[in-house]
Amino acid sequence: MSAFAGVVVEPISVTGRKTIAFIQEMGRMSIFFVHSFLHMFSLPFQFVKVITQINVIGAQSLYVVVLIGLFTGMVLGLQLFNALANFGSEGMLGTSIVHTIVKEMGPVLAAIMVTARAGSAMAAELGIMRISEEIDALETMQINPVRFLVSPRLAAAIISFPLLTALFDVVALAGAYLTGCKLKGLNDATYWYTVENSLVMEDVNGGFIKAITFAVIVITVCCYQGYTTHMRPNGFGAKGVSNSTTSAVVMSCVLILMADFVLTAFIW
Amino acid sequence: MTTPLIEMKNVVKSFGQHHILRGASLTIEKGQVTTVIGKSGEGKSVLLKHIIGLMEPDSGQILFEGRELDTMKKAERKKLRGRFSYVFQNTALFDSMTVYENVALPLKEKGDLSKQEVKERVALRMDQLDLHEIGEKYPSQLSGGMKKRVALARALVTNPEIVLFDEPTTGLDPIRKNAVHSMISDYQKRFGFTAIVVSHEIPDVFFISQKVAMLDEGMILMQGSPQEIQQSKDPLVQGFLRGVEANHDELTGLGTPTQLEKRFEQEMELQKQHDSKFSLLVFTVENLEEINEKVGHMAGQTMVKNFATWLQQHLRPSDTCSRYGLTKILAVLPNTTRKDAQKVCSKLARAARGEKITEEELYPGFCFSVSAGFAEATDDSPIDAVLAAAESRENMLYAFRITK
Repeated sequence: MSAFAGVVVEPISVTGRKTIAFIQEMGRMSIFFVHSFLHMFSLPFQFVKVITQINVIGAQSLYVVVLIGLFTGMVLGLQLFNALANFGSEGMLGTSIVHTIVKEMGPVLAAIMVTARAGSAMAAELGIMRISEEIDALETMQINPVRFLVSPRLAAAIISFPLLTALFDVVALAGAYLTGCKLKGLNDATYWYTVENSLVMEDVNGGFIKAITFAVIVITVCCYQGYTTHMRPNGFGAKGVSNSTTSAVVMSCVLILMADFVLTAFIW
Repeated sequence: MTTPLIEMKNVVKSFGQHHILRGASLTIEKGQVTTVIGKSGEGKSVLLKHIIGLMEPDSGQILFEGRELDTMKKAERKKLRGRFSYVFQNTALFDSMTVYENVALPLKEKGDLSKQEVKERVALRMDQLDLHEIGEKYPSQLSGGMKKRVALARALVTNPEIVLFDEPTTGLDPIRKNAVHSMISDYQKRFGFTAIVVSHEIPDVFFISQKVAMLDEGMILMQGSPQEIQQSKDPLVQGFLRGVEANHDELTGLGTPTQLEKRFEQEMELQKQHDSKFSLLVFTVENLEEINEKVGHMAGQTMVKNFATWLQQHLRPSDTCSRYGLTKILAVLPNTTRKDAQKVCSKLARAARGEKITEEELYPGFCFSVSAGFAEATDDSPIDAVLAAAESRENMLYAFRITK
């Protein structure tokens, strides 16, 4: 009986425990999000902090987003041109670029780049504040740490992500133009005409909704991981912070792609 | 009996399998300095965090002015928290903010003061704590002692009624340690807050406390005045005190109060057996508070240290000399009558004239003022009685001023 229990029951109970732990974690993260979301609107508004964070999350991510946008556009321009040329429909390059970039790659890649740049920094910063008791210090001063630290970042991300996505889209279209038209010799007018024709506001808005969803995911995950560094079972101090940062980035990227699939499959 | 300010009753707290507090009961009186001592990892910080509400007990009660915290409404608890401040062990200053921003933060976030008022309040506190011209610096650019003072300024800027200190002197050198202690004591007197200190520094911390509580195995083993704790017959208390008490006073290099008391008892025994006379000298620094205020606590403690060194050089090797309080040094002089003791005092006063206690004149009219008293120990009288006699007016003959 006991051997049976060991072989059969143990894996089931391990799976059960892990699932419960996972659901609890998700629950805690959701509550964390709700708190930080509600505190975005609690008075007095934290304008200065939101602007500062827009600088960190948005303005300072401009270069990397432009760079990634440009190269993504250029690669797509090349590859799609070659693929479409097989069917003699190079003229469709503009349309295919718009569909790939605006609906999918723009929001996803911009979000992943911001995760790598600002999300990891956030997790590390909050993690260090947690282990050096700065977050406890805020509580003793009657300052709500979630309102003080997370809400401005969330507001800034909700503002910045769609703007970064828009920038990414424009730069990527230009990138594809460079390779498709200037390198491969597609007619300029054909390219821009098909781009203009296939670009509908509905798609752009869809991209923005994705961007806002990703903003919520990135900020919630990264801040939560940093904020709860002290609760990690597998590391304290600097090790804990490094673990939090790693899981913040990995979890954000995975959740971004999962959410992207869900949004695409069920909404568009 | 008046209601204590804070009362903990049978507070229990566990983290998973680790039982930290196992029914701790403690009372804190208003306007006093209460010190919690105990071994490392006994949960002293956890105890403090329960008082301020950073942690909630698993069971047990915490009463504030006789009212249970649990029964208070959220708004009431929030208001109550506003009366507390907490000085963290590692200062917990915000590294990414300047010193000024750190100190101003609790006022700014409260939002009921204008920018100008915040500026004035912060400037006043920083001035009182000798933090001049460092407002634009970042915490990482400051020394350890300076950081502690910034943390103290941040804690005091809201005019709290209760200040909790979590090991305020960890990692500091003896002069800075004593500077922090005298700082706590001075400001407690000046601002009148209730202080709760968690500390390892024995016996230094006894000099500034009115009450000491010892935490052991998650329970308060004993609470009482520093004398009661030191004279306790409980083997656990004695074992702990002996274990942590240094074999000399860190600041001055003199003996500890316990050593002096032991010597006193030995001499008393000798007196009974061989009728040998012995006397007690007491030196009290009269203007340490003034020096602290005008040139800072570090300078004050350095002068106490220099004075102690000078004193030891001028006493006989057979005399036992110990620090007995923040401003007090006691010496047991064996084979010395009252008359001899008086002679020693006058000799010391003469020798002190023109002695350099510090390199420069720190402010106009600066002096290091010490009063010396003496008394002969007789008739099996306890040390406290002899000390009181030495400090009584007729025996306080020599007040000497050491200027540059």
